[in-house]
Amino acid sequence: MYIPPQIKRHVLLLIVFVVAFILLRSLLVPSSFGQYGHYRGDALGENAARIPKYSGKDSCTDCHSKIVDQQATDVHANLACETCHGPGDAHVHAAKSVKLPKVGTRDFCGLCHTQNKARNKKVVPQLIMAEHYPEKNCIDCHNPHQPWDIKK
Amino acid sequence: MGHKKVSSSRRSFFKTAAALAGATVASAALLPFNGIVYAAGTGKKDKPWYGIGIDLEKCIGCGRCANACKSENDVPHEPFYFRNWVEQYTVKNDGSVKVESPNGGIDGFKQAVPDADVFKSFFVPKMCNHCSNSPCVQVCPVGATFVSPEGVVLVDNNYCIGCRYCIQACPYGCRYIHPEHQVADKCTLCYHRITKGMSPACMEVCPTQARIYGDLHDKEGPLVNFIKTHTCQVLKPDMNTSSKLFYNALSMEVR
Repeated sequence: MYIPPQIKRHVLLLIVFVVAFILLRSLLVPSSFGQYGHYRGDALGENAARIPKYSGKDSCTDCHSKIVDQQATDVHANLACETCHGPGDAHVHAAKSVKLPKVGTRDFCGLCHTQNKARNKKVVPQLIMAEHYPEKNCIDCHNPHQPWDIKK
Repeated sequence: MGHKKVSSSRRSFFKTAAALAGATVASAALLPFNGIVYAAGTGKKDKPWYGIGIDLEKCIGCGRCANACKSENDVPHEPFYFRNWVEQYTVKNDGSVKVESPNGGIDGFKQAVPDADVFKSFFVPKMCNHCSNSPCVQVCPVGATFVSPEGVVLVDNNYCIGCRYCIQACPYGCRYIHPEHQVADKCTLCYHRITKGMSPACMEVCPTQARIYGDLHDKEGPLVNFIKTHTCQVLKPDMNTSSKLFYNALSMEVR
């Protein structure tokens, strides 16, 4: 059977294109792409691999059980330690060199306790900060771990 | 010859119309109505399908969630980008609505509207809705953002080309370009924490437990229980995003 030379050239060209496409595609598309869907499967592991910085209340109780027990007796019982003290993972791993902040200023306590119409009175007690002992710091009278044990 | 002659073409039109109507009714009886599907998607049976619940009655707007998120996920404190933030809504007596979010609520809120003018006021924490029909995933040209098998919308930051298409697409404004990495960044529902059995940082620190997350497959779990016992709504249901962030006591002013 006679095949015209221009058809032969075109078929050859097509084969070259297809092979080049397959080669390039295998080089450019990451190996795990499409493992679970239209994305790189390895990205799941990469997202999961990061180290948490907030380590949770359980990691505090080992050393600070006294304070945690004291906290459980008063209205701040449901607060996580890290709500006020910040991320604790670095401190858990190097307790001596990394210290967590103790803020306890009027502004900081006021984040929750400043009177605001948007705040539910049943959820949190609120004050007009300027009228409540303006010359004192909150922690002068209140122990943040046991707020209603007022210091005299 | 008192009656009008009905033309044959009109007769055939009525026949066809009757046949079509009959076929529609018959097929409707055969196939159950599938229009109402579980709005939040279903995911895979063998994996959890995470959703979030936020109780607006409990939120006191302390902004600790936004602060913890920035510390946990290396979101720069300035410029002002957020993975989650708190908004204060104030509806005035004249019907106008004021929405404020100074520094995402991290430095606290002040009520600028005098008490006499306030009709009602409340806080709304915002974060990624982890939609199961995510607009941001649909528009990504390279497949760098996706819904994980657990229903968490994630970004592959090694594959993202920073084209900002997803930022345009998100109806909730939950994405931004990370100023250092120059790729899209967003809430991951602390994927690195929940896969280790810890709760997301924002929920870890919430002093009133206003935020919860859980498996929508677990019909006795905390999240399904929350949706069952509260009147929950999602944001912008008309966008058909199948959002999995359920708000209790959401007011209609919230956008």
